[in-house]
Amino acid sequence: MVNGEGRAFDGDLRTTLLDFLREHLDLTGTKKGCDQGQCGACTVLVNGTRINSCLSLAVMHVGDEVTTIEGIGTAADLHPLQQCFLEHDGFQCGYCTPGQICSALGALDELRRGVPSHVTAELETSVSPTPAEMRERMSGNICRCGAYSNIQDAITQFVGEAR
Amino acid sequence: MKAFTYQRAGTMAEATAALAQVPSAKLIAGGTNLLDLMKLEIEVPSHLVDIRDLDLSRIEETADGGLRIGALVTNTDLAAHGRIKRGYGVISRAIVSGATGQLRNKASTAGNLLQRNRCPYFYDTDQACNKRLPGSGCSALSGVSRGLAVIGTSASCIATYPGDLVVALRLLDASVETVDAAGRTRTLPVADFHRLPGDTPEIETALAPDELITAVLLPPPIGGTQIYRKVRDRASYAFALVSVAAVIQEDGTGRIAFGGVAPKPWRVEKAENALAEGAETVVSIAFAGATPTEQNAFKIPLAARALASVLAEAKGTTDAV
Repeated sequence: MVNGEGRAFDGDLRTTLLDFLREHLDLTGTKKGCDQGQCGACTVLVNGTRINSCLSLAVMHVGDEVTTIEGIGTAADLHPLQQCFLEHDGFQCGYCTPGQICSALGALDELRRGVPSHVTAELETSVSPTPAEMRERMSGNICRCGAYSNIQDAITQFVGEAR
Repeated sequence: MKAFTYQRAGTMAEATAALAQVPSAKLIAGGTNLLDLMKLEIEVPSHLVDIRDLDLSRIEETADGGLRIGALVTNTDLAAHGRIKRGYGVISRAIVSGATGQLRNKASTAGNLLQRNRCPYFYDTDQACNKRLPGSGCSALSGVSRGLAVIGTSASCIATYPGDLVVALRLLDASVETVDAAGRTRTLPVADFHRLPGDTPEIETALAPDELITAVLLPPPIGGTQIYRKVRDRASYAFALVSVAAVIQEDGTGRIAFGGVAPKPWRVEKAENALAEGAETVVSIAFAGATPTEQNAFKIPLAARALASVLAEAKGTTDAV
């Protein structure tokens, strides 16, 4: 399933999930940056969990629920986090943005589930989505334009609104 | 990427049979390391055995009060598990100091044990590398070696074991449980899992070709102040130049293991007996016989300073209690 629709995979076994989304399904919102799991542009949600779609084979996701940026919001019906990115100029060229959005949503879910980060002071108490926590948790998403401070502001506003 | 055949194994017997029968078959779980290397054609398996359906994703208590961590438990789930955070904090700390959220969501416990080194000459297929092409030589010896190992190396290879989790597992005397194609199980200490390079750097672990890792076993919790300190070139998402895993008890005794300095997590038990004498002494014992290059000799004093910082932090915590 991709964005709620059943999709069949019968391509070359070497096809990554990223290439399947972009080249087979024409879901080009998910971007290919490094293709090595280093930049985060290809981040999607699989069964609600963020992963690098470039480092996963499409054939290994038979039976999974994949959500791409197209399944998160549309131009006519933006996700609240996308609205926050617009309001704070959380991008310049926009190439990393779909990955940033998927990653931030995944990171916030991890935080709610009690997953600690490198900057979490106490392992056993609940963790708040502070700017320091979100910066650390977003370190797998590179922005070549350097819009980091605005991305941070967008996420901070979204966290505030979600409360 | 070279073409391969693919199978989704339903049972452990099916998976190990494929390993025994198909030449150059590989197991795949998270795939974050294997697929990267397959794209570069450094790993060229003829057959992939997808083991995601095997019942190896649970964390269970053992009869002796320890934990049994299934081979497929993800790094994220392991770091977030209540029993791990409570009794084995150094494991959570080590995990979240490595990689990224996306990678930790895919990376498995067994895959962490088996991840390959990150030597730039291993990754560059135009360079000589005895791990990648046995007998071709080692470009790292006369090359850029700043990030590479200072101890446990050989004239054939100076690559490091790059991970963080396994440094914590070594510290805690964890062991690795396996099963082979004949159904035989065995348990070996993490300490004996990785091999030093010697003349055969291409052989990295003690696993037989048809052996599947089923779990990592943790002894009962040992308490103490548990710290994982990682020194690296960036504040996040970078491999260790030096890391220190430590459990320090209130009486000042404890255990110390180092990452980023050797072909395996580096723990020298007799160095731990010198903890009362301070970090310099511990490091001088733990790194006795080290053969650093000119470029990475800084790692030994860096290890002493990182350890001194860890000991100060542990002392502060103990005083506060």
